[in-house]
Amino acid sequence: MSGTSPTGPGSRPRFAVVDYGAGNLVSIEQALVSAGAAVARATGPDDLRDADALVVPGVGAAAPAMERLERAGLVEPIRRWIADDRPFLGICLGLQLLFEGSDEDGAATLGVLRGRTRRLDDAPSLPHIGWNQVERRRDHPAFAGIPDAADFYFVHSYAGAADGAGDEVALATTTHGRPFVSAVARGRLLGVQFHPERSGEDGLRLLANVVAAVRPASVARDDLPVTA
Amino acid sequence: MLRIRVIPCLDVANGRVVKGTRFVDLVDEGDPPELAERYAREGADELVFLDISAAPEGRGTLLEIVERTARRAFIPLTVGGGVRSVDEMRDVLRAGADKVSLNTAAVADPELIGACARRFGSQAVVVAIDARAFDARAAAWEVVVKGGREATGLDAVAWARRATEQGAGELLVTSIDRDGTQSGFDTALLRAITDAVTVPVIASGGAAGPDDFVRAVLEGGADAVLAASIFHRRQHSIGDVKAAMAAAGLSVRAVAA
Repeated sequence: MSGTSPTGPGSRPRFAVVDYGAGNLVSIEQALVSAGAAVARATGPDDLRDADALVVPGVGAAAPAMERLERAGLVEPIRRWIADDRPFLGICLGLQLLFEGSDEDGAATLGVLRGRTRRLDDAPSLPHIGWNQVERRRDHPAFAGIPDAADFYFVHSYAGAADGAGDEVALATTTHGRPFVSAVARGRLLGVQFHPERSGEDGLRLLANVVAAVRPASVARDDLPVTA
Repeated sequence: MLRIRVIPCLDVANGRVVKGTRFVDLVDEGDPPELAERYAREGADELVFLDISAAPEGRGTLLEIVERTARRAFIPLTVGGGVRSVDEMRDVLRAGADKVSLNTAAVADPELIGACARRFGSQAVVVAIDARAFDARAAAWEVVVKGGREATGLDAVAWARRATEQGAGELLVTSIDRDGTQSGFDTALLRAITDAVTVPVIASGGAAGPDDFVRAVLEGGADAVLAASIFHRRQHSIGDVKAAMAAAGLSVRAVAA
């Protein structure tokens, strides 16, 4: 039941949404379709072959998520995808998994970003549930047309704490008790701790910006000169 | 800064939104996905669907409604009513809900809260507590289940604490004395529970006007406020409630013009 576009997937970039049993995929799929993508679920490495962009969504704890990714044979393909600097979007747990490990359950995670996932310090309430302001540290095309400090929807208790190398990947911060990194970007990788698919108009705009930055492989091929 | 959330609640029976007084005398108030979309547009911060059709054949209808809603309203959706197992919770999440609220089944088997939290994360598990004053003069409340029809003798504050220890990520606290009466939230009940737990608490039951929402937060300590009929019947808009909150110095998300 993936939401392939009625207007023809050929013209839309193909987004593979990793399905590893971590809850609600309907909202992210529907939001990506609204944002102009063609969407298919990825349950194994073969499902990435035709994809133009990869999305790792997810809520919950790191250890069971890593186990399911291992079992699906997706851990190495995801690492390679990111190492090749192909378009990648990590949402919530999908961002946390990019770091080296999680303090929540001690799981070793993908390790494509330096730092660990830590419990939010000095938070007045946990989980951090609700709308909060995302304050940008620098410009990024994903936030084009979205006012600074716009509200996005969060549901989490842990967040990636970028260590040392953090400043170069940190894109935005949010304050709940203390500031934490709520968005990271490096090359064509984007990670957000909030849920753009649950953040109303601004969330849809962010996803539309992400989709717009991805060119479908078919179109790219058509653009190549025919001569050798 | 984390915003105070304003949440319209849609009581759903047999595929329609209904509202009654104290869970009886139900009146049809519309198509769930249509109302959901309208509220999202008007600035709702989340939506709650409570399935009050006790009949098992209502389940398929509910899942279909959840899925249709998830396609139209891109704000968080909590679904409650009749979820009794990890598998049932999985079905509701797969249909497009972000959170599931457990009520009667959690009282019957508190372990269910932990099982659901381990599988889907605490953030997806809301425990709904329907409470009624033991005695109008004493600050003590009893948990009632089965849509307010059955008393349990369980102390509501103790149950709130227990539920969060088991892994509830949020509590939805409804005063059955006030529900549908438009006589204001039970701020004493809210304060007793918000003082006892660290997870977010959603206030429910009794909202009449914008000032009631403000009091639920300032006096009751609520993190979010929920109401049904005053929004369905357009007695007050979500914008009215947020304006009153902002005027009282509370942090709310701006409603798009």
